[in-house]
Amino acid sequence: MIRVADLSVVLDGRRVLDRVSLDLVPGQVTGLVGESGSGKSMTALAVMGLLPQRARASGQVALDGRNLLALPERELCRIRGARIGMIFQEPMTALNPLMTIGDQVAEVLRLHQGLNRRAALGQARERLDRVGLPAPRFPLSLYPHELSGGQRQRVAIALAIALRPDLLIADEPTTALDVTTQARILDLLKDLVRDEGMALLLITHDLAVVAGMADRVAVMQNGRIAEEGPTGSLFRGPRHPYTRQLLDASRPAPARPASDFPTPLVQVEGAVRDYRTADGGLRALDGISMTIGRGESVGLVGESGCGKSTLARAILGLEPLQAGRITLDGQVVDAGRLMPRGLRARMQVVFQDPFGSFDPRWRVDRLLAEPFHLTGRPPDWRKRVAEALAEVGLQPTDARKFIHQFSGGQRQRLAIARALIIRPALIVLDEAVSALDVRVRAQVLDLLARLQRDHGLSYLFISHDLSVVRGITDRVLVMQAGRVVEEGPTQQILDAPRNDHSRSLVAAIPAIPIDWS
Amino acid sequence: MRIGLILGCALAGLALLAALVSSFWTPHDVTRLDIAQKLMPPSGVHWFGTDQLGRDILSMAMLGAQTSLAVALVAVAVGMAAGVPLGLLAAARRGGWVDEIVMRGNDLIFAFPSLVIAILMTAVLGPSATNAMIAIGIFNIPVFARVTRGAALPIWVLDYIRAARVAGKGAVLISVQHVLPNIASLLIVQATIQFSLAILAEAGLSYVGLGAQPPTPSWGRMLAEAQTMVSLAPHAAIIPGLCIVLTVLGLNLLGDGLRDRLDPRLRVLR
Amino acid sequence: MLRYLLRRMFVMGASLLAASVLIFSVVELVPGDPASFMLGTGAQPETLAALRTQLGLDQPLPLRYAAWAGAILQGDFGTSFTYKTPVAGMILDRLQVSLPLAVLALLLAVAIALPVGLFAAGRHRRAGDALAMGAAHLGVALPNFWLAMLLVLVFAVNLQWLPAGGFLGWSDPVPALRSLILPAVALALPQAAILARVLRSALIETMGQDYVRTARAKGLSASQALRRHALRNALIPVLTILGMQFSFLLAGAIIIENVFYLPGLGRMIFQAITQRDLIVVQSAVLVLVAAVMAVTFLVDLAYAAVDPRLRRA
Repeated sequence: MIRVADLSVVLDGRRVLDRVSLDLVPGQVTGLVGESGSGKSMTALAVMGLLPQRARASGQVALDGRNLLALPERELCRIRGARIGMIFQEPMTALNPLMTIGDQVAEVLRLHQGLNRRAALGQARERLDRVGLPAPRFPLSLYPHELSGGQRQRVAIALAIALRPDLLIADEPTTALDVTTQARILDLLKDLVRDEGMALLLITHDLAVVAGMADRVAVMQNGRIAEEGPTGSLFRGPRHPYTRQLLDASRPAPARPASDFPTPLVQVEGAVRDYRTADGGLRALDGISMTIGRGESVGLVGESGCGKSTLARAILGLEPLQAGRITLDGQVVDAGRLMPRGLRARMQVVFQDPFGSFDPRWRVDRLLAEPFHLTGRPPDWRKRVAEALAEVGLQPTDARKFIHQFSGGQRQRLAIARALIIRPALIVLDEAVSALDVRVRAQVLDLLARLQRDHGLSYLFISHDLSVVRGITDRVLVMQAGRVVEEGPTQQILDAPRNDHSRSLVAAIPAIPIDWS
Repeated sequence: MRIGLILGCALAGLALLAALVSSFWTPHDVTRLDIAQKLMPPSGVHWFGTDQLGRDILSMAMLGAQTSLAVALVAVAVGMAAGVPLGLLAAARRGGWVDEIVMRGNDLIFAFPSLVIAILMTAVLGPSATNAMIAIGIFNIPVFARVTRGAALPIWVLDYIRAARVAGKGAVLISVQHVLPNIASLLIVQATIQFSLAILAEAGLSYVGLGAQPPTPSWGRMLAEAQTMVSLAPHAAIIPGLCIVLTVLGLNLLGDGLRDRLDPRLRVLR
Repeated sequence: MLRYLLRRMFVMGASLLAASVLIFSVVELVPGDPASFMLGTGAQPETLAALRTQLGLDQPLPLRYAAWAGAILQGDFGTSFTYKTPVAGMILDRLQVSLPLAVLALLLAVAIALPVGLFAAGRHRRAGDALAMGAAHLGVALPNFWLAMLLVLVFAVNLQWLPAGGFLGWSDPVPALRSLILPAVALALPQAAILARVLRSALIETMGQDYVRTARAKGLSASQALRRHALRNALIPVLTILGMQFSFLLAGAIIIENVFYLPGLGRMIFQAITQRDLIVVQSAVLVLVAAVMAVTFLVDLAYAAVDPRLRRA
């Protein structure tokens, strides 16, 4: 067993971890939950002995009665990879692109057991088989770029568990993956804990993930463990107010009552978009037809690469089509030619990344006023900016600030204010809440719902996550490989999907059991 | 790393000061030859000694700074004036035929041995400081085009560019309003690097007699003239060389220091 | 892989064609008539006209380009106006000095830069790093011809260990090699400084990558992760610089060859320019450009060898 006791870390004079204590028991999954910046990853790095050089740690990380924090680097190297393994969030960059997957797994075995390359490769084969990358389809000679994100995460798992460590630390292991892939990776981790009897420290921001995985849960806030306990009882009876807030925000929103939107605003008819790639072509949109009614909120859901963002860009007139046509209010949207400004002014967009959505060198007032380029800047534009800020819950004084002075959630509010300022008919929300912490996400979704009511807006809400669209959309389209495979009222798709693909999407959504709340 | 920036500012500032002061005052008159005083070692009268014609080396070096900095300044300006718009255009039309032409043209110029072509060009146009500026400047164009394009490409995929397109802005407006301000710091850093390279190139050209012509003093020619007497009067060869080294060193330190200060990624780390 | 190669070769061929047109036009712009240059100032107009016809200088430009390019394709680089010998032979003679000099300088530069870059990256933000990079800063700022003069002053004039200049051919390899040492050092030191800086920053950048963190989580020490994972990835930008440096060393040694009175390719071109020996300039510059392109091609191949992601394209 590994016991973390009173672990504190000071980084650049700031206390980032404050007396964290955790018992990591063999054969058990411990969930470590919290929002970004709460100290989850720092805890993991401290246990691994991989803190930044400037960081000062105190307290205990005890393994076999030895305090890892006090061990010299040489000893730690013998423990890392052998007794404690770790996998990270970003499978796309976690593997060395110039080394075969076989060699990367074998390296652990050669390093700690002194095996020769052949023997190590033999064992690597066996470990890759174990994580679901079986022999004929996945030879050892593959390079990371020949694998998908989920497959790469399996390789990362294989090399982390190659020596059957006492503890596996998984830091947001599925956050970068699609829901169906996430479900399979989580299953694999659960199996490994059961079969190999190791302890798993599962770090995640997603309460629903730990609900289905963990034996015990620790909730972190501002570098401290706010609450810790067996998963079921913690979810049923949270004692700490912060835990309660997290749970409230994670609960699925009630679905909207079905209603009718007879006047079409956007019509897409037989849209086709091909990309030329190094190995042939890719059909991103394969004859898609859809409508968005005036005042309607439509969800567009699918896994990465299904074409949903391409469709969004085509509707915004940023992406030319090879065939088919898109109209807004009966006027043709065509990216090939210069679109009339009046038409363009009828739609705006909010993107996923709250950090990349704003020019860091512009002040907020200039940023928000940028869409006035389409309509001409009115003389009272400063007043309009102040109104827009007020509408998304920010202060008029924020107009003179730069974007780095705002948090992620505030930036997403600013993005919504920018989209609203010229009063468009349609706002495209491209994964607009995917990068936000649960509590902030719930607040932004509330804001979006209110604005829609107040202004009679239409939304096209794009998400890889079906659970997010529940409370905000009237109708959902499920996309796969450039086609719409199922379409219907949100409630119906979520509760009784008919298509196989939508069914697997719905089934893969991690959920907190209903009787726990 | 702050020491580097300060040292860089000091050295580059010293060269600039010498160049400016020399335009109205030098310790001695370098047009008056005094053969009796030739190849004197450093002394109280002539701090850096005299050359083979009895001229004061300190005064020559100050005037040489003027030549070097002027040539380098114009060469960098030529490179930026043509290269930056080309790079911006290529990035805005990435993958298109404009991009292809700009990049292939760049590759072509890069394939030419720059010093040989600069020599050929000064031979075509006649040796002079002006022609050295043009010859060095032309080779700065592809450098700036490439750096600008390389820096602008990652900006173009950011969401704020997409937001600007949704706001109806075209490629030119986006390049000027969003892309250029966000790559400006990188271009400034590159400019200091190219500036120092231009000083080295100018020194090389005037060393082989294809740069500034007599009586305009230049560091490269001072070196060439001192070479034959290097064992008799090493100071005559060491001083102009040190001028080049310290100026180039100063500019490079300045560029590095600026990069550390201006790079937002590094700023976040601190 | 084959398609990648073929495409690179096609691009190379097209670039060579464009380069030949460019070289020809620039050289044609050189003022001064080679015929009058050869005959001196007192030449009769008739003799001049006859010589011009004999040299083919009275033909229209496109025809002369076609004749020149056509002959080169058959291996005929023309005959020098001043020396009356085949240019191809002259270039080959001179390459016997320039090529060994460039290779020697490059090897020296790599031999210095590799340990220095690794050392500095391993001690990032510590005293050793600052010291090594301070030295590299100084090295980058050194004009190689000045460095050459100082080396001559110290090692040839004062210590008399090595010759101050000249080259007597390869018939006696030891003195030949001895006369290349100082020029190679003068060329190599500034290049080594550049290379060390590039290597260091590439290493530092790759050390921040996720896969290096994965390697550390496997139990590799910081220096093992540096050598086994970061170095190979950092090699990619270093290769680019290496290719550029080789072409620079091959052609850019002009000034160093002047300092040491070496009969290299650069000095031949330099003399040919001053003597208006157009055909020598044209052909030699074309050879240099072709060499640069060949090196670039080799660098592309090396990329593919290092990076499996390129092998597929």
